[in-house]
Amino acid sequence: MGVIYILWLRELKRYVRSRAQIAASLGQPVLYLLALGFGMGPVYAQAGHGSYLQFLAPGVIGMTVLFSSVFSGLGLLWDRQFGFLKETLVAPVPRLLIMTGRTLGGATVAVIQGLLISIVCIIAGFRPVSLALVPVGLVFMMMIAIVFAALGTAIGSALKDMQGFQMTMNFLVLPIFFLSGALFPLNNLPRVLGWITSADPLAYGIDGMRSALLGVAHFGEAIDGAVLACVAFLFLSLGAYSFSKVEV
Amino acid sequence: MIRVENLSKSFGEFTAVNDVSFEVRKGEIFAFLGPNGAGKTTTIKMLTTLLKPSSGRMWLDGLDPQLDPLKVRKSFGIVFQDPSLDGDMTGFENLELHAVLYHVPRRQARERIETLLKLFELWDRRDVPVKKYSGGMKRRLEIARGFLHTPKILFLDEPTLGLDPQSRNQLWAQVKQLNEAEEVTVFLTTHYMDEADRVAHRVAVIDHGKIVSIGTPAAIKKSTKTETLEEAFLALTGSAIRDESADPAAAMRQFAQMWKR
Repeated sequence: MGVIYILWLRELKRYVRSRAQIAASLGQPVLYLLALGFGMGPVYAQAGHGSYLQFLAPGVIGMTVLFSSVFSGLGLLWDRQFGFLKETLVAPVPRLLIMTGRTLGGATVAVIQGLLISIVCIIAGFRPVSLALVPVGLVFMMMIAIVFAALGTAIGSALKDMQGFQMTMNFLVLPIFFLSGALFPLNNLPRVLGWITSADPLAYGIDGMRSALLGVAHFGEAIDGAVLACVAFLFLSLGAYSFSKVEV
Repeated sequence: MIRVENLSKSFGEFTAVNDVSFEVRKGEIFAFLGPNGAGKTTTIKMLTTLLKPSSGRMWLDGLDPQLDPLKVRKSFGIVFQDPSLDGDMTGFENLELHAVLYHVPRRQARERIETLLKLFELWDRRDVPVKKYSGGMKRRLEIARGFLHTPKILFLDEPTLGLDPQSRNQLWAQVKQLNEAEEVTVFLTTHYMDEADRVAHRVAVIDHGKIVSIGTPAAIKKSTKTETLEEAFLALTGSAIRDESADPAAAMRQFAQMWKR
């Protein structure tokens, strides 16, 4: 347990100490929230769907958690670069514990980022429909964080250089975000797009949050939770396997 | 303390370590010398469980790194060729994390960290993030970390690379002091032959993956009829220059440095 705790703590300390990075990583979601929320708002309202900002906020929170958790997993790449990874790999500790500590740390940081952006959302005018269901939204936020921190670990273990990082951003993280329904409703989509979005784990996370915070759902909370739990298990196994194969 | 028998490692067509056998006694300072690409680091990686050998056997303190990796890892400390500290954490935190990874009891760890940081003259800077340390300070911190869990063997892979003569002398004095006080076996590699001559009890010269000579520095000089260990080394390995291609990790490090500032 001590090992998991100290590596979890390390992720948190690194996060708290990089204030510039905290600000920078919140910049993008804030831009999405404000520019799209207020820019697209009138069109969305005219289409008879109510407030776009209300609809968008859970999506932007999900986006923040997604980016933050994948990046934390890719932090492995930095540790490889600066050599710290070797220090953990020659330690007399099973790699599964190392992977668990790092992944939980990354997920915790992502949840903190998600909470910070939630505050921004509330300042911008977002209001959850029921305060009693806010904890449920929080649970979905945590599930998103664990799923994608594990995915980040899996990818970070396999990558060897920064080119791979760019590839991951452009061909994995951005599609996961754009196809998750963070920005648009999943109802009445063209059929193919509908299929693709239902294969995107983030879609279930954001749907779960919308269901808890807004009372509207596409898949439904039970399906959201079940899918996320399965994907979390899958990605954690994948992360553990991939991390056990790391060579320096 | 270390026994290696017929150890080999090939990467595809290339044989990095070719049928190497040697023994290192308890409490000995043993220097592994060789030109770039001779197989020094590969041997260390196999001994320290980071690489699996293609064939051959080895024992560290009677344990096989392949069969008992966790126990073996606890029995040695290592200072890698390139840095392996977390720059965002302080010197103290780096050692604290190491103590937890190596299951050193908390109170004992505190005392040990204090002793080592004082010995390596880093105690006053313990709360400074490591990225603000100088090259010499980082090296000293890594060596202090290597000793933290009172290992039986300490591996030092080119620990003095890039340090000024003052830091190098001081570093070896401290390593020698701990070697004598705690009977730690030291296995080191270096490109500075004068260091090996001064510090090491015994020396092995490796070239193209094979050990070409092994013995005390005096015996090696005698057998090659040379005055200094450097001349003996050149006599044994020739004067052709070995070029290593940059590995991806080195290329990345360069990229990262550019990125940082």
